[in-house]
Amino acid sequence: MEEAFEPQIIAFCCKYCAYAAADLAGSMRLNYPTNIKILQVPCTGRVDIIHLLRAIEDGADGVYVAGCLEGDCHFVCGNLKTRRKVEYVKKTLSELGIEPERVEMYNLSSAMGPRFAEIANEFGKRIKDLGPSPLRIKQAA
Amino acid sequence: MIVADRKPLSEIQDMIKGRDNILIIGCKGCVTVCNVGGLKEVRILASSLRIAAKKEGYSLKVDEKVLERQCDPEYIEQVKSTIHDYDAVISMACGVGPQFLSEAYPDQKFFPAVNTTFFGGAVSHGIWEERCAGCGTCVIHYFDGMCPVARCSKSLLNGPCGGSNKGKCEISKDVNCIWDMIVKKKIEQDRLNDLLNFMPAKDWRTARDGGPRTSRREELIQ
Amino acid sequence: MSDFKSESNLEKVLKAGHFAFTGECGPPKGANVEHLKEKISFLKGNVDAVNITDNQTAVVRMSSCAASAILIKEGVEPNFQMVCRDRNRLAIMSDILGAYSLGIRNMLCLSGDHQRFGNHPEAKNVYDIDSMQLIALVKKMRDEGKFMNGEDIDVPPRLFIGAASNPFAEPFEFRVHRLAKKINAGADFIQTQCIYNMDKFREFMKRAVDMGLTERCYILAGVTPMKSVGMARYMADSVPGMDVPDQLINRLKGAAKGKVAEEGVKFALEQIAEFREMKGVAGVHLMAIEWEHKVPEIAERAGMLPRPKV
Repeated sequence: MEEAFEPQIIAFCCKYCAYAAADLAGSMRLNYPTNIKILQVPCTGRVDIIHLLRAIEDGADGVYVAGCLEGDCHFVCGNLKTRRKVEYVKKTLSELGIEPERVEMYNLSSAMGPRFAEIANEFGKRIKDLGPSPLRIKQAA
Repeated sequence: MIVADRKPLSEIQDMIKGRDNILIIGCKGCVTVCNVGGLKEVRILASSLRIAAKKEGYSLKVDEKVLERQCDPEYIEQVKSTIHDYDAVISMACGVGPQFLSEAYPDQKFFPAVNTTFFGGAVSHGIWEERCAGCGTCVIHYFDGMCPVARCSKSLLNGPCGGSNKGKCEISKDVNCIWDMIVKKKIEQDRLNDLLNFMPAKDWRTARDGGPRTSRREELIQ
Repeated sequence: MSDFKSESNLEKVLKAGHFAFTGECGPPKGANVEHLKEKISFLKGNVDAVNITDNQTAVVRMSSCAASAILIKEGVEPNFQMVCRDRNRLAIMSDILGAYSLGIRNMLCLSGDHQRFGNHPEAKNVYDIDSMQLIALVKKMRDEGKFMNGEDIDVPPRLFIGAASNPFAEPFEFRVHRLAKKINAGADFIQTQCIYNMDKFREFMKRAVDMGLTERCYILAGVTPMKSVGMARYMADSVPGMDVPDQLINRLKGAAKGKVAEEGVKFALEQIAEFREMKGVAGVHLMAIEWEHKVPEIAERAGMLPRPKV
């Protein structure tokens, strides 16, 4: 681990908001970290606890879910349900002695390209500050 | 259904300490319905345990399996060929599951991953409440469909006690006084006289107090 | 044979038509017999009988049966309390026989506070039978000379059967019916929960009198003098089934510095004076919690002394 730490981040993005916002951020030529792997989901409600856990299990340093603004979910309340699942995963990670900040839930609209870039930068910095996932450290060793 | 709660991860981790190849078996019965021991929960527990192992830097293989039910020998038999491939097996079924598994495979070590709590139902999504104490002699018809044996903290048959307060039980403001509900319903239905009758002491032989129970259905026995 | 059911002092006092006066004493949290004797020395001669609580508020104390026996040795008549929380029907019946053999003649039948309040919340509770069934059981043992299963008792226990009533717990409209149920089950006397809301109690008594209940059973009104505003607030907010009107709390608050306890006693004395005149009330049950030394003064000022010799 001599070289600079480049976090591996997974972002589950709702196609009605965050994913579209990512497109907009791109066409606005806004900068955000390239090491964020974006997964499009039809609604954040589709994201389950197991998806977040598997991401951590398979070596992601951070995972976040980006859904519509609260009250604006295309499927009424998928984003609200998934906020609870994110809380569950945070609790599980705490129980296992892993920083719960490695998992987060964000809300934004499709028109918020700059906000998408901001979240990506913000979360990227957070994970960079936390350092590599304890799972990766042990594996490297 | 039978309701259960998952044990804390730390307790489950302690159980399997020193073992590196385990199987988690869920159940498609009650524990699936109360979201504690079905396929989803098996996956979550397996992943959580693998994360913990990876974090500590040791290798742990966790396989996942769900049986139709763990309270019937025919389904227990389905894991016969593979059950001995593991150092230990975690059952996510109610308390019946690990026992049926242990009886069928006495050489294997089985651990319960859930605390079985009560017979109840979902009053809303994510909230389950106790409704039945399994006392073996149902009396709910005397109380307009509400069971004081299961739902009164003192199982009073001649309630309510003096601790009933604004519709809540003396043990907690979060617990409804079932006797308050019974009395109110009797008044509403103009059947208060029902409650003036003395309810004699219960015969607890049919409950757990009479010893472990067996239910025999002669017409089915082969 | 006398007409008495138990020949207890309390029974005789009530049957002679006197206004009864009973006290209460919690056994020590230990085997400190001297402390118990000290507490009851304040009650001796000032009350007709003393309730001995049974692991009250689910806090472990010396057994009520043993403490009652100590009272008898000290020349004070106990009213042995028994809760259904800690014993099954076997233990209940054997304790009843044991209590009677030790000279106990009054018994108060209670469900008991749930153990979740107490100092052993991890405990398993029993509740094999409830307080209503306990009353009926004691009556059956006494009047029919039979155990619960119908077998004969060799020398049945002759006990004066007491029960509790909380006129203030909800649902209010049912409380008088539950009182009737206890009387039908066999209660000879009733001791009520501490009374603070006099309006509500008057209403409760009126209904009891109208239903003819006071003809069939002696009702002793529960009185606990307030020691402080804090105690009043605690009773109002934290003790289940307790009804403490704001009016009383304000009255205590209005008392001069250092005079709050005196104001509490004054209110208790006013209550006792009213109970003496109230139709259907046969006596007062004074629960001076950890204030036993105050009982002689309250008895004196309430005009309860000397206690009748019957």
